[in-house]
Amino acid sequence: MSKKVLTVDDSKTMRDMVRFTLSGVGFDVVEAQDGVQALSLLDSTKVDLIITDINMPNMDGVTLVKRVRGGSNHRGVPILVLTTEGGDAKKAEGKAAGATGWIVKPFTPDKLVQVVNKVCP
Amino acid sequence: MTGSSFTPDNLAQFKATFFDECAELLVDLEERLNEMQAETADSEALNAIFRAVHSIKAGAGAFGFTQLVEFAHRYEALLDRMRDGLVQQTAAVATVLIHAGDILAGLVEAARSGEERSKDYGSEVSVEIDLLLAQVDGLESVITPVAAQGCDSDGGGEEPDRQPDTTVYVIDFAPRTELFRHANEPLLLIRELKGLGDLQIECFTDRLPGLRVMEPEDAYLRWRVTLTTDKSLDEVREVFEFVEDDCELAISAVAAEPEPREEDQDATAAGTRDADPAPSVEAPAVTDNAAPAADDAPATDGAAPSVQPAEERPAKTVSSKAAPQSGGVSSIRVDLDRVDRLVNVVGELVIAHSMQSQLNLNSGADFQSNQNNEDMTRVIRELQECVMAIRMQPVKSVFSRMPRLVREVAAKVNKQVRLLTEGEQTEVDKTVIEELADPLTHMIRNAIDHGIETPEEREAAGKQPMGKIKLSARHAGGNIIIQVIDNGAGINKEALLKKAISKGIVSEDAKLTDEEIEELIFAPGFSTAGSVTDVSGRGVGMDVVRRNINKLGGRISLHSTQGKGTCFTLTIPLSLAVLDGMLVAIGSEKYILPLASIIESFRPQGEQIRALAGGGEVVSMRGEYIRLIRVHHLFNIKDAVTDPRRGLVVVTETANGGKVGLLVDELIGQQQVVIKSIQENFDPVPGVSGATILGDGRVALILDIEQLKTMPAASGELWRPSSAAQTEQLAEEAQGNGQNAHVSAPTTDPEGRQLPITV
Repeated sequence: MSKKVLTVDDSKTMRDMVRFTLSGVGFDVVEAQDGVQALSLLDSTKVDLIITDINMPNMDGVTLVKRVRGGSNHRGVPILVLTTEGGDAKKAEGKAAGATGWIVKPFTPDKLVQVVNKVCP
Repeated sequence: MTGSSFTPDNLAQFKATFFDECAELLVDLEERLNEMQAETADSEALNAIFRAVHSIKAGAGAFGFTQLVEFAHRYEALLDRMRDGLVQQTAAVATVLIHAGDILAGLVEAARSGEERSKDYGSEVSVEIDLLLAQVDGLESVITPVAAQGCDSDGGGEEPDRQPDTTVYVIDFAPRTELFRHANEPLLLIRELKGLGDLQIECFTDRLPGLRVMEPEDAYLRWRVTLTTDKSLDEVREVFEFVEDDCELAISAVAAEPEPREEDQDATAAGTRDADPAPSVEAPAVTDNAAPAADDAPATDGAAPSVQPAEERPAKTVSSKAAPQSGGVSSIRVDLDRVDRLVNVVGELVIAHSMQSQLNLNSGADFQSNQNNEDMTRVIRELQECVMAIRMQPVKSVFSRMPRLVREVAAKVNKQVRLLTEGEQTEVDKTVIEELADPLTHMIRNAIDHGIETPEEREAAGKQPMGKIKLSARHAGGNIIIQVIDNGAGINKEALLKKAISKGIVSEDAKLTDEEIEELIFAPGFSTAGSVTDVSGRGVGMDVVRRNINKLGGRISLHSTQGKGTCFTLTIPLSLAVLDGMLVAIGSEKYILPLASIIESFRPQGEQIRALAGGGEVVSMRGEYIRLIRVHHLFNIKDAVTDPRRGLVVVTETANGGKVGLLVDELIGQQQVVIKSIQENFDPVPGVSGATILGDGRVALILDIEQLKTMPAASGELWRPSSAAQTEQLAEEAQGNGQNAHVSAPTTDPEGRQLPITV
């Protein structure tokens, strides 16, 4: 019934905030600490939305987006990348890799929910 | 921070996590920086340093530690240039990085302990970093301080009050294949536009190739959307923020004009009408006309409230004559408190006027003043209706959340369900609407989970695999009737009874009628789901729904045919401010009973009254025993009728579908009363839900039947017929007074017509 969101971030603070905000409006939230973890989780779990940080150890966000888009099981799932203000280059990079949209850090809970609703109502 | 934010508790928790994380990151940072100084570092070390600083900055931004954010931002910029190979990794640079690490740690500590660092804390390092950056980016690069709080305006919060000028935008939108490759969805964009104002949508299929050559993953459709909105061009453009590079997009403002309110009007013919800008329609108390705030979403609902329909109707405006010729409806926003004050004042006026009428009656006023008085009554009643209408809203705002719920629940339990809605425009008081969402959500969940069968079961039963749920609303008298009807399996009475017996709700040898068995599902803690699904069956059941509905002064009933389906009916008063009541006398006191809960009233014969061994009495009515509640005992009224054969037993329905009999002296009549809360000045009074002021200026308390039921019966004298002769004598007296022993409580309306009470 409720949709499943994967939040990928090496910072637990960020994952906690995303989890708290989105579970508060009825999403199921699953977490991964980097791109590698995220991909292995996506192999076994179907999610409706991926929110990923760009800078992470082992596999960064842009690579993760490329891999997901190149894969078969989550090719059509919306992916939002977390960018910092003024990270226009990163936005473009994420977009080119196949991201659906972006959220500018730091964000308010409202903003996060608003952007999530934009791509995954 | 605008809009909703975290509670202090959450925030404290997040902060604690953040500082734990910072501590780890700073340790890691120091290690990596030492490696760097020892020149054993690799590019991964630099990446790790960058990530540590970046993570600290992100968290600090979320909590608004400005100084920390600004410094981390600088530090990060330098590391970024180093990663790009623009700044060489020299010993001097390594020293700057280490110093910067110390400053960062100091700022984190300051943030943790909540103490302020001076403005120029770490300024030497900042200057060194700026110099290094300047060598790369040129001198004009001055790191601009970044906002430490959600730097984007959030679209979900309160909008500032501004002069709403409506503009008509024509948006030509043709997605390219990339748009789909990036998992964007044109329909979602159109849905988002719908939230901004009135839409007219045309879809062009001229680019569609033949089926043979059509690529299923390519984009062929084009849309032209005509949007009438009070939003700015930027706000409209923001909808397309993520897809601007993946589509052909042209947005042009046509002209400002009053909003055409007829759906069939062609808005593109703008400018042909006299432009007489009318303010946009913003009905009082229709808050969801604004961009839906994300936190409006009920927690049960997966996301933001569903999209506004393009043809949102304003709440009924009071004046029906002032329709401007432009076809637009003009309205103003009114604070809800003002409306409530108005409702209250009108309530007072009604009371004051009925006092005056009473006085006229008693003093035998002449024909003329009676005539005037009747005119006045009519006008005041109309005034009251008008004021009530201001608070009325269509139930659409609740109904429109349900399709999504149905989709999600049905998908979860692998059933096919279609939802039909009817009477969405039916209006009801705003407070009632707010209270409706939860019960309806629960009932619809139940209908899908327990009512509708799986497609296989349905086909086996010779039904369409797709189940249907109909949600309808209509007015009936002073009530709104809402029905949830499903064409599922209905209620399996045997299973229900078995379950109730196993749960100890009814005894094993109980003989229950079909209605009584159906009533069992309202018993607390009852659930017929074979297993606890994650849709329903969490022990919160129909008993809670019934309680919620009763709180609104309404009733819930059900009717079910096995194999055919179930129908739940909610009957709820349109407003919580007035109540259809029955005025009863108990001794010299007068009380109001909610008319909706009265089933009938009768004068019992002596043999109909039975005393119970454990105290208390029952009265038998057509073979059914009903508990008798002596209200005069509960409220300690000395001069009341204590002999039930001389008084009346008013049979009322209780929340769990049972019946109790209230002993009163007599029924005075039916009347609409204005409810006054007594909670403001008293603690909750047991047995009393509110008060009203009668025509003669006296206060009458409104009885709360649910509470009367649970109040400990005062140990009063129980009445027993002492002899058969006495009984006969009483019966004769009753005959002589031309009263039947069974009175179906006829009452009169103001015109003097007999009104049988039907409940």
